[in-house]
Amino acid sequence: MVAKTQEPFFQGSTGKNSRGVLRIVILCLIAGAAVASRLFSVIRFESIIHEFDPWFNFRATKYLVSNGFYDFWDWFDDRTWHPLGRVTGGTLYPGLMVTSGVIYHALRALTIPVDIRNICVLLAPGFSGLTAFATYLFTNEMSTSPSAGLLAAIFMGIAPGYISRSVAGSYDNEAIAIFLLVFTFYLWIKAVKLGSAFWGALCALFYGYMVSAWGGYVFITNLIPLHVFVLVCMGRFSPRVYVSYCTWYALGTLASMQIPFVGFLPIRSSEHMSALGIFGLLQLVGFVEFVRSGVPSKQFATLLRGFVLVVFAISFGGLVLLTVSGVIAPWTGRFYSLWDTGYAKIHIPIIASVSEHQPTAWPAYFFDLNLLIWLFPAGVYLCFLKLADEQVFVVVYAILASYFSGVMVRLMLTLTPIVCVAAALALSNILDTYLTFKSPEEPTTITAPEGSSNSATKKAAKQEELRSMRQPLIGIYSGFSKISVVTAMTTYLLIFVLHCTWVTSNAYSSPSVVLASRMPDGSQHIIDDYREAYQWLRQNTKEDAKIMSWWDYGYQIGGMADRPTLVDNNTWNNTHIATVGKAMSSREEVSYPIMRQHEVDYVLVVFGGLLGYSGDDINKFLWMVRIAEGIWPDEVKERDFFTERGEYRVDGGATQTMKDSLMYKMSYYNYNSLFPPGQAQDRVRGVKMPEVGPVLNTVEEAFTSENWIIRIYKVKDLDNVGRDHASAASFERGNKKKKTTKKRGPKKINVSVNMAMREVQLSTRHCCEPE
Amino acid sequence: MAPKKNAAAAASVASPTPQTTNSTTTILSSSTPIKIPSKSSSQNQSPQQVALGIWQNYLDKTPQRTKLIDVFMSFLVVVGVLQFVYCILAGNYPFNAFLSGFSATVGQFVLTASLRIQTNAENKAEFSSVSPERAFADYVFGSLILHFFCVNFIN
Repeated sequence: MVAKTQEPFFQGSTGKNSRGVLRIVILCLIAGAAVASRLFSVIRFESIIHEFDPWFNFRATKYLVSNGFYDFWDWFDDRTWHPLGRVTGGTLYPGLMVTSGVIYHALRALTIPVDIRNICVLLAPGFSGLTAFATYLFTNEMSTSPSAGLLAAIFMGIAPGYISRSVAGSYDNEAIAIFLLVFTFYLWIKAVKLGSAFWGALCALFYGYMVSAWGGYVFITNLIPLHVFVLVCMGRFSPRVYVSYCTWYALGTLASMQIPFVGFLPIRSSEHMSALGIFGLLQLVGFVEFVRSGVPSKQFATLLRGFVLVVFAISFGGLVLLTVSGVIAPWTGRFYSLWDTGYAKIHIPIIASVSEHQPTAWPAYFFDLNLLIWLFPAGVYLCFLKLADEQVFVVVYAILASYFSGVMVRLMLTLTPIVCVAAALALSNILDTYLTFKSPEEPTTITAPEGSSNSATKKAAKQEELRSMRQPLIGIYSGFSKISVVTAMTTYLLIFVLHCTWVTSNAYSSPSVVLASRMPDGSQHIIDDYREAYQWLRQNTKEDAKIMSWWDYGYQIGGMADRPTLVDNNTWNNTHIATVGKAMSSREEVSYPIMRQHEVDYVLVVFGGLLGYSGDDINKFLWMVRIAEGIWPDEVKERDFFTERGEYRVDGGATQTMKDSLMYKMSYYNYNSLFPPGQAQDRVRGVKMPEVGPVLNTVEEAFTSENWIIRIYKVKDLDNVGRDHASAASFERGNKKKKTTKKRGPKKINVSVNMAMREVQLSTRHCCEPE
Repeated sequence: MAPKKNAAAAASVASPTPQTTNSTTTILSSSTPIKIPSKSSSQNQSPQQVALGIWQNYLDKTPQRTKLIDVFMSFLVVVGVLQFVYCILAGNYPFNAFLSGFSATVGQFVLTASLRIQTNAENKAEFSSVSPERAFADYVFGSLILHFFCVNFIN
């Protein structure tokens, strides 16, 4: 950073070569900073994959590396979504896996055999260096200033908004997608500026790569047409725009259709219609411009323009008609919820249940972008001042991305590049103005203001004004103001670096697989219950034992425990998830048949009550209920889980439905035994648990991790004698009581609910006494 | 979906049939300002004569190479229209085959139009960095990619 602020010094004194060398050195340092700031978690903990989604990517990459590309392409995965399976080759974006597979093989060819896990862990930091370089190229297209590109590169390299999704170990699609996003935009700007079909074709190729990597490619698909549309509306249509856009669209659409997951979507879905519409519009406008340039008559020209408007209106109407009639698929729910922000919560609870899909709070902007966020509007304003084709792109991108990031926390990621670029434009403008010490000295006019300022005390104010009127000198030439402004800016930049490092180190570098806590003496204590439990599953269960858990843990179970699961984080089948939700939220008698039908062997729940780990299944329980209620409104009712006063309670005051639900029972089973009688405490909910813990009949405890975070239950087989589980269990437990009643001869009471059983036993005893 | 794509594409593709004759004339008329008064004076004549005059103008003034490009473009339009008509008549069962064939013609048409724009002497100012040879190399590059994708997509 310091080296960069000195950059303009070298403009005059040294030649072009030394500046080039300096540039390369700075870029290498930036790449080094970008990589190094992402390694906190690897150094502190270990080199593992974090989070949930990356576990699937990692598993798919391992499959690709061990089985080859063609097997990967038609991979039918029978170890997820248990009864159904998943056609993985056709339902994933293969770009990430193929990229790391290529790197893996390339390194092996260079006789550097690296474990595929390490490649996956370090892919995101590696690509963040490339992102910084792509941002450099992109910004250089925007500005002639020598420092803008370098500033944007360092901003992009260490901005926490991007780091949050690209720390080492976060092997997610975004790891390479942001690089591809920025690079595609760079190629697009290049194509528009030059009007070259070559750059347009390159842009299409990278767009195709982007489509293969991330579902967020729709953002590009809509942003580039929007840019062109704005250009056409501003009357800036030129043959360059025609050439670049048509090349990009014709090749890019075909390229995107090669990905099986995308398939015919670019023709059929509403998200892609803007690109098609602009393609058609450009043909019309191109034709009309062509005719107009030759025909002198003004009336004819306006006629043609009217013709364009009419055709546009007609085709737009046709589009609406086709969408309404269902020929073109309407917006998908995920995308639609960006416009109608209340839509997901009402209609698709599974989308709203993800914490990343919530609106962004104000502090998040400052937390993720620090000083960039207040330089951002200034940069956009500067783009307005010099409104060429590429500046329009920045403006359009800034407005669109700001809106989206406000609607969804996750989309902060797409905002970060443009914030970095705009902030770099603003800052480089400031630095260019205030850092040039030499150039004002050269013109002779300088002496005039200097002399006037020296003799300002002596001369009359009017004369001063007149002299300055005669020689209007615009600019800042006093050394003090320059130094003070530059010092302030440098301080801000240094604070920015400190802030980024602090945020990265404290907020974004913790793997969710291991939980770290501090002991009283400051040493680190690592809670490793997840891997303990998954390892137990891996070693102590059959190879094909089916695990039922809530969908959050599906990928991790598949990746770490290597066991088939019922549902996972790829939420493609809502009904199946609702089935699991119903099994978790119903009474045992209801959920046992469900589990039998799905051949479930083990049930896994996450319970944080002992440790105060708030992301446990009891806190997620209401979403299970809601998702299940969406399918079976008669059998699962959210209202039943609240008390009379509408409280969600787990202690003694919990509703009977809550206490009977399988999830409640599995979470709190035997929990009382940890504490002295009557003092069981749930540390997450902060309540005292009732004296008597729940009783489980159809499942038995198989494993509980050290801190009780993961509890695994084995689903019991059918009873040997053919009794139902409740009576069998109560037979085992209440053996003595049974003996007393045995004297009364064989009982015919066959009550399913355990509580009812006990009541019956009590009442029979009451009956006995008078006799 | 198919009709929609086609509606837009048809607008872009079908219109050039009359357009190629029409529009190309306009180049010349603009390149030669002397022509313009003759055209305006010819507005008194019957439309057939005007069309004939425009056509003659086109034949006279267009360079041989541009004419070749125009012939190729009109050929592409014919092929595209034929495919589309066949799709309407016979249904779009192997939809990927129809799409790859049709988008090959549309894409090639667009690329050729780009080549025509770039090599046009009038647009020299717009494309300062693109020489006609460079434009042709770009055209070859784009067409190769296009055909690779189409062949891959047609299965």
